[in-house]
Amino acid sequence: MNSSNSASGAVQTGDGMNRRSFLRASAVLTTGLAALAASLKPLMELEDFPTAERFMQKYYTELTPTEMDKVLKRIADETEAQYGKRPHVRDLKPMDGVEFAYCLNLTRCIGCRKCVHACVKENNQSRNPEIQYIRVLRLPHGSMDMEKAEHHYNPEKVPEPGFFNMPVQCQQCKNPPCVKVCPVHATWTDTDGITVIDYDWCIGCRYCEAACPYWARRFNFTKPFIPKDKLNPEMAYLGNRPRRQGVMEKCHFCIQRTRDGRYPACLEVCPVGARKFGNVLDPSSEVGTILRTKRVFIQLKEELGTSPRFFYYFDV
Amino acid sequence: MIQGVRNYLVFLFRCGRIAFVGDWRYYAWMGILTVLILLGINAYAKQFVHGLITTGMSDQVSWGVYISNFTFLVGVAAAAVMLVIPVYIYNNEELHDLVIFGELLAVAAILMCLAFVTVDLGRPDRFWHLIPGIGQFNFPASMLSWDVLVLNGYLLLNVHICGYLIYCRYKGEKPAKWFYIPFVFVAIFWAVSIHTVTAFLYVGLGGRPFWNSAIVGPRFLASAFTAGPALIILALQIIRRVTDYRITDKALLTLRSIVQVSMLINVFLLANEIFKEFYSGNLHVASSKYLFLGLHGHHALVPWIWTAITFNMIAMVLLILPVSRSLRWLNLTCVLAIVGIWIEKGMGLVIPGFIPTPLGEMVEYSPSLNETLICTGIWAFGLLCYTIFLRMSVPILQGRLSKANESQGPGEAPGAPAH
Repeated sequence: MNSSNSASGAVQTGDGMNRRSFLRASAVLTTGLAALAASLKPLMELEDFPTAERFMQKYYTELTPTEMDKVLKRIADETEAQYGKRPHVRDLKPMDGVEFAYCLNLTRCIGCRKCVHACVKENNQSRNPEIQYIRVLRLPHGSMDMEKAEHHYNPEKVPEPGFFNMPVQCQQCKNPPCVKVCPVHATWTDTDGITVIDYDWCIGCRYCEAACPYWARRFNFTKPFIPKDKLNPEMAYLGNRPRRQGVMEKCHFCIQRTRDGRYPACLEVCPVGARKFGNVLDPSSEVGTILRTKRVFIQLKEELGTSPRFFYYFDV
Repeated sequence: MIQGVRNYLVFLFRCGRIAFVGDWRYYAWMGILTVLILLGINAYAKQFVHGLITTGMSDQVSWGVYISNFTFLVGVAAAAVMLVIPVYIYNNEELHDLVIFGELLAVAAILMCLAFVTVDLGRPDRFWHLIPGIGQFNFPASMLSWDVLVLNGYLLLNVHICGYLIYCRYKGEKPAKWFYIPFVFVAIFWAVSIHTVTAFLYVGLGGRPFWNSAIVGPRFLASAFTAGPALIILALQIIRRVTDYRITDKALLTLRSIVQVSMLINVFLLANEIFKEFYSGNLHVASSKYLFLGLHGHHALVPWIWTAITFNMIAMVLLILPVSRSLRWLNLTCVLAIVGIWIEKGMGLVIPGFIPTPLGEMVEYSPSLNETLICTGIWAFGLLCYTIFLRMSVPILQGRLSKANESQGPGEAPGAPAH
């Protein structure tokens, strides 16, 4: 072929050399490709291959209302196909003149963890591995030092003498470190004070998880599993719709409920009334009253300047 | 113009071709690396399907060896400047040609960094969300967006500088100063920036007291300027051994003095940090206690960090003593320094930042087999890239692969290793 390349004496030996090197090259190439194919074999098990539509889906704020309707319909279809139940998925927007706050009475909390499980049920968290948004700590009487916290306390009966309990979940900061560090704006704070995540935009770098001082964020290390009969069909786009593998999630004050005028699930289930939730801009609201009248209430790790909308208070 | 493009394509083709030509040692080395890369690809395919549950990471320790290796390698990449500064600022003749080897190492290191970040993503299919313009790039708020910019920028700078200098050498022309010297000086500052920005990834997190310390940035630079040139010392000796490229002992000893000074600063800064953590005895010392002494019965990292400190101390003493002017001792010193810093900056910096968690929970971390295979795969990929870069550039720098001998077919002119 390359007869001009005669300087190296291709004329005499040319044909044989070429054939031999050609054969050798093809053998190497074939072996290489076969080895590559073999090494890629686990990809055959990939069930959840992103469709073109999902791959190209735009960022939350760039979706027009019609596009959003399409996306919501797609989510409903996918969920129905997977769980055999058609969900009611809405894109609930923050209400005007509303800024949510949460107050938790540490004197009352008995550490029963009913809130933890009500939250999992309400928000369609993966059951295996189980993802929980609320972590209840058991602290020794008189200390707020988290390093003394027991996370896995498991007594016969609560409350335990000599200890108090402190549930921790997303603190919905006014100055959230997680939002600041996200490289793709997949998480942001809405006008009602709720920090939300677009599960379809998150790239799963987990920088927010490293940044959160309250250990409030959770990552889907694998495909979430929810038993079909446990799916809560009342869903919101930024709330409890099922998540995919490889994205972050966290407490969002039950957007699907609270942006619809209802209380969060953790509040409703609390047997001792330790949890109060409402619009802090409304002076007559319970949270407004608590923050105005209680002599002492605290924001966790106030010194970090995150300014949580989650307050802990005491009966004095 | 068309002739120019043609010449460049021929250059690229010949470079590509020569990467497949070498003696049996070359083939054996590349074969081993290829096998490791394939094992890594296989492990990554598994991770891609099943998620990061295949790693040892958890919600408690949400970054592991991927980000550790990434952090270390950013330092290696940044250290290329330690060759560039003496040459272009102090006109050190001995190191002149070696700059290219250092910069090629930087290119290989950045490629590894990008690979390590990619395998750490939960949704690699959404990488395009990061691309400015079409995605949503959180710049300047997120330090990670800064890191994306500076790393890719550094990659481009080094590819340009090396590529241009090598192509000029290939053509037998003198490189036009205006076309590379400004970039060299930009790259010097840029190198400092890549490692500073990477340090700021950690430093900027107020909720992690172990990282939220102003000394992390300077420590990163000091350790990088120790481990990077140490790696270059070893690489240069391998080049000297397997090719007949002339590298003087004097050049190696110049690098030794860089490693020497950097190591002293590195150890000094470490001592500062340890003093501050332990003497004041406030509550934020938990992570350091876990790292150096163990905490509440958990001490997975203690043997690692003391190995690192021991290696660094021995390396420091050897560097101060004249004995490390002998190459055998210098090599030992370099290996000790590289391993010590790799542990200290990887496992020793990233992991303890997560332990205990901000809520005081103690959960330990150790990498899974799958995760380890992915790491070795990426390291093998980086070494393969560096080997190929050297395989291309050494004959060109020696003038055996040049435009003048274009018509001579695949190999170099006489003197090339037989195959």
